[in-house]
Amino acid sequence: MIPPVGPTSFGAVVNAAAAAGVLVVQPRMGFGAAADMRAGLLATRSASAATVGTLTLDSYTRVGDHASARAALTSGAALNGFPIVTHRHSTTRAMLDGVLAPGFPVQVRHGSPDPRRIVTALTAVGLDATEGGPVSYCLPYGREPLREAVANWRRSCEMLVRRTPAGRVPHVESFGGCLLGQLCPPGLLVAVSVLEALFFAQHGIGSVSLSYAQQTHAGQDEEAITALRTLAAEHLPSEVDRHLVLYTYMGVYPRSATGAANLLRASARLAARTGTERLIVKTVAEARRIPTVAENVAALELAAAVAARTPRAPAPPDTGILAEARTLVQTVLGLHDDLGTALVKAFGLGLLDVPFCLHPDNSGRARSTIADDGTLRWSDVGAMPIRATDPTGSTSTALTSVRLLTALHHVASQYDR
Amino acid sequence: MSVPITSRGPRRGLDVLVSGTASDAHTWNLIFMQLYCEERGHRVTNLGPCVPDELLVSACRRDEPDLVMISSVNGHGFVDGLRAISAVHRHPDLAAVPMVIGGTLGTDGAPDPCRTAQLLAAGYRGVFDGGVLTAFDALLDELHRGAGKVAS
Repeated sequence: MIPPVGPTSFGAVVNAAAAAGVLVVQPRMGFGAAADMRAGLLATRSASAATVGTLTLDSYTRVGDHASARAALTSGAALNGFPIVTHRHSTTRAMLDGVLAPGFPVQVRHGSPDPRRIVTALTAVGLDATEGGPVSYCLPYGREPLREAVANWRRSCEMLVRRTPAGRVPHVESFGGCLLGQLCPPGLLVAVSVLEALFFAQHGIGSVSLSYAQQTHAGQDEEAITALRTLAAEHLPSEVDRHLVLYTYMGVYPRSATGAANLLRASARLAARTGTERLIVKTVAEARRIPTVAENVAALELAAAVAARTPRAPAPPDTGILAEARTLVQTVLGLHDDLGTALVKAFGLGLLDVPFCLHPDNSGRARSTIADDGTLRWSDVGAMPIRATDPTGSTSTALTSVRLLTALHHVASQYDR
Repeated sequence: MSVPITSRGPRRGLDVLVSGTASDAHTWNLIFMQLYCEERGHRVTNLGPCVPDELLVSACRRDEPDLVMISSVNGHGFVDGLRAISAVHRHPDLAAVPMVIGGTLGTDGAPDPCRTAQLLAAGYRGVFDGGVLTAFDALLDELHRGAGKVAS
């Protein structure tokens, strides 16, 4: 249970729980109809766990195709999320009335490289927490030029600040710790998360969270999360509120109920051992379909219970993730005073290079692999100013289609065994 | 700007254009198909995800590929695939470009013979719903011989 706090700003609620030693858990949940969305949020709030609410938007709204969202609402066709731009503000406000409460803020999750209309809509209904980022919601998801995504996100941050009422602190979470979801070595995930959080701060956002998605090896993940916290402390202005958020595995998910639950348990332990303040869960249905509200609540309660009985662990041995991420962050910061400009330059020069990402603005030379010990390694760093960690290919020779499939299913097959 | 990854494969073999569909943001299936074709000696240009029909058409005109491979896994592959082939084949220079489509083409996750028949009727040389690629190998060989190119 989150203790009641004065301000109900997103960051303050998470901080209050963290101060009480409790992990905040959160679903990935979105429904098209207001009644379903309200029921999902109320069920999240009343789960036996410290929870915050999620309002996930539908994919039409994400790509700015509001006409299709409207057509779906009119015809009653199913949407895979809540079309916040298309619903009347009065409908959304009524949906949230009595749901938002001291200690229960709601965050809007979307996936858009151009969230300006989303920010307009969410602030119009009294919300002020969202997530994404100019890199993490651009490169993995489409073809919008990075330069445009940076401009859109700059304006969106400024709008969010301007439209958040006095006394509340707007919150933006970076999705940079996920990128393509799997097979990205942690140093780059950490660096992009830090850089996007700095970008938000540069545009006036007073409260940020830095993300990391669970990868293939618990020890490596612990080291990465420790590095993320260190770099956030080194680089974020002290007046900017911040916390860390972990995503339960975002790649190919185990199909068996047991495997899925065990992977969720592992992520809850990872969060607790590293002192991560918030966890976004996956459900047992993840590999097969959109989960029900009940499956979401079960996942929240399982994760909270596992975290509650897992003690904080000492910092893991340093294998170089911090140094690698720090080099990437400092290289980008050295390119230009304006971080958005610096990010565009960095990708243009290949100084940041997301492995396997086919976006036209990503140089696409970097390659990664899963080593025999289960850790993620760089087999080729392209032009990035870091060293390959598996340069000779101790695990493999060239990447083949079969090896790629094996790597993509590495975690799922481990947990489904 | 549309060609982030160009294969360094051998000079012989087919020129294959790998592409996602307009509404599909998935990438791993496209990387898989690139590697799969390269391992069989073909050269690949990978257009990546979320490819609008106009971009697919302009890439076909520029590259004159021996084969266009459309891959989709978001459940809209059937609808998007019909639109894509009609856009490409409607262009006078591209009416004969061989096209194949594969992945998970419907929202129900299971291959559907009726859907496959419609895609074949629309002009696809191969439909690999559910991702079974044995028949794709045979088609690659057939196109290869037809193109008078030497397997490498």
